[in-house]
Amino acid sequence: MSEDSIISLQNVNKWFGDFHVLKDVDLEVKKKERIVVCGPSGSGKSTMIRCINRLEEHQEGTIIVDGIELTGNLKNIDSVRKEVGMVFQQFNLFPHLSVKENITLAPIWVKKMPKAEAEELAMQQLEIVKIPEQADKYPGQLSGGQQQRVAIARSLAMKPNIMLFDEPTSALDPEMIKEVLDVMIDLAEGGMTMIVVTHEMGFAKTVADRMVFMDEGRIVEQAVPDKFFNNPESDRTKLFLSQILNH
Amino acid sequence: MNDITESRKPPVATTGILGWLRMNLFSTWVNSLISLFVLYILFQFIPWILNWTIFAADFKYNFNGEEIVNREMCSRVLDPENGGACWAIIYVRFYQFMYGFYPREEVWRVNLSYIMLAVAVVPLLFDNFPFRKHFLKFTYIFPVIAFFLLNGGLGLESVSTNKWGGLLVTLVLGCTGIALAFPLGIILALGRRSNLPVISMMCTLFIEFIRGVPLITLLFFGMVMLPLFLPEGIDMDGLARVLVAVTLFQSAYMAEVIRGGLQAIPQGQYEAARSIGLSYWQMNLKVVLPQAIRISIPSIVNTSIGLFKDTTLVIIVGLLDLLGIGRGALADTTWLGLAYEVYFFVSLVFFIFTFAMSRYSLYLEKKLKTGINMGAD
Repeated sequence: MSEDSIISLQNVNKWFGDFHVLKDVDLEVKKKERIVVCGPSGSGKSTMIRCINRLEEHQEGTIIVDGIELTGNLKNIDSVRKEVGMVFQQFNLFPHLSVKENITLAPIWVKKMPKAEAEELAMQQLEIVKIPEQADKYPGQLSGGQQQRVAIARSLAMKPNIMLFDEPTSALDPEMIKEVLDVMIDLAEGGMTMIVVTHEMGFAKTVADRMVFMDEGRIVEQAVPDKFFNNPESDRTKLFLSQILNH
Repeated sequence: MNDITESRKPPVATTGILGWLRMNLFSTWVNSLISLFVLYILFQFIPWILNWTIFAADFKYNFNGEEIVNREMCSRVLDPENGGACWAIIYVRFYQFMYGFYPREEVWRVNLSYIMLAVAVVPLLFDNFPFRKHFLKFTYIFPVIAFFLLNGGLGLESVSTNKWGGLLVTLVLGCTGIALAFPLGIILALGRRSNLPVISMMCTLFIEFIRGVPLITLLFFGMVMLPLFLPEGIDMDGLARVLVAVTLFQSAYMAEVIRGGLQAIPQGQYEAARSIGLSYWQMNLKVVLPQAIRISIPSIVNTSIGLFKDTTLVIIVGLLDLLGIGRGALADTTWLGLAYEVYFFVSLVFFIFTFAMSRYSLYLEKKLKTGINMGAD
């Protein structure tokens, strides 16, 4: 593990039953680095980032996040989850809580922040994702793009050092994708460490420091975007890129 | 100025009373026949029932103006052709129906409890109730107050529970059973879904055992076997033993109902809650249970109504609830043969409570549907 790396996966293996989803995965992420993970469906990219905040358990290898090793130790898992924010494909907002309550929930209960302070924080986060006027609505009253931006704000309210994005725009109507990507670009420019699983190659070219290509549970290729898109080494990568870029 | 987006009124025949009648009662000739037939039945039945229960009925005096003191004086015994119900039996025994054999000089305590029950429950049920927060504080301490008020202690004369009866017993059993079974059911439901095999197995065993046994068996168990488990010298009150049985029974059903609600919560809710750092209990209390309970409200009310009616089974172990008092009244030789009146009255009282519960559940469903659009997709 190198000095300035904030996330380190070494030899990580994982099975779902008999199915080998992650095979000897090695990945080092430096502070403030922006990584875009792509690959065909079923290649293990979501599983990999879900292992980083232990929504999935890995069975072999080591995962170290911000100096904390992820093991069965529940205390470690809790402290890692406070460091790592996650945005899901299906938004997963809490439908029975208003937008503001969605965002203040964790600061109030996990960080024991006073309510007024948490609400102020929530408004700041909503400013960042550009929908402060929706604070008192319920998730069901918002569009998909707005919901995803609230989900981002909810994660940011815990002041994470690392943000994981699991196909954040895949469930969105086309006209709403941009508003979410814009927020993510702002975040990237603000210096957040980010791992993004996405098929939005335009976004990848704009913000990624490094592209990671996965197939059948392995990391097949890692490169800077310029090299990755223009001069990939592996045939699998070439095939994948030709399929998603030329449609 | 005829803008193309301007909306027109719908055709007259589809709205208003006429439109409604046409759409709902007379849409086809088969429907029209059925509608007419049903209207005819109602037309025959409603006047008869109103006449029997109210217009031709005796309340305190019979048609000769005499105060009724036994069945021979009832109008319907004197004149079987024209006499209606003889409510005098209810009138004479009303005190028993409401309080059982609670001493008359202490009955204010029961009445006060009834009033406080309303003050405790109504703000709990309606979340737009003014000053709800302050009323809820009262709701939490109400059970303690009611216990001392009804049972005695703290300077109040003790009234043994074997003097309690009628509606008092029905309400004590129903309310306590429902109120205690709710938190217990939540814990059992969470336990059954726990990842820890021992906890999950114990909860499953408990739930399946209780659900697999008739309530009557549990009542006997409470009456006969529970004392065997208690240390020697400690005598448990009869009503309390029945309460234990009723609560255990209800909690198993409640647990299954809530488990159904829990299963409807998408995995993503758990993951989102965990990913923002909530602990197991925070996740359940703040994210999962509020949604699961909302989904389960109709079933929760349904099992609660079931329990409320099932409390009548306590007659088997010698407690006199509303129905028990009714049966007692029927066994009284001066009033023999007035079964219609007694059962009608007992049914009516039960109906008032259960119907209120069912309307409340409908109100909640409607409110939740229109208020918050839960789970957009």
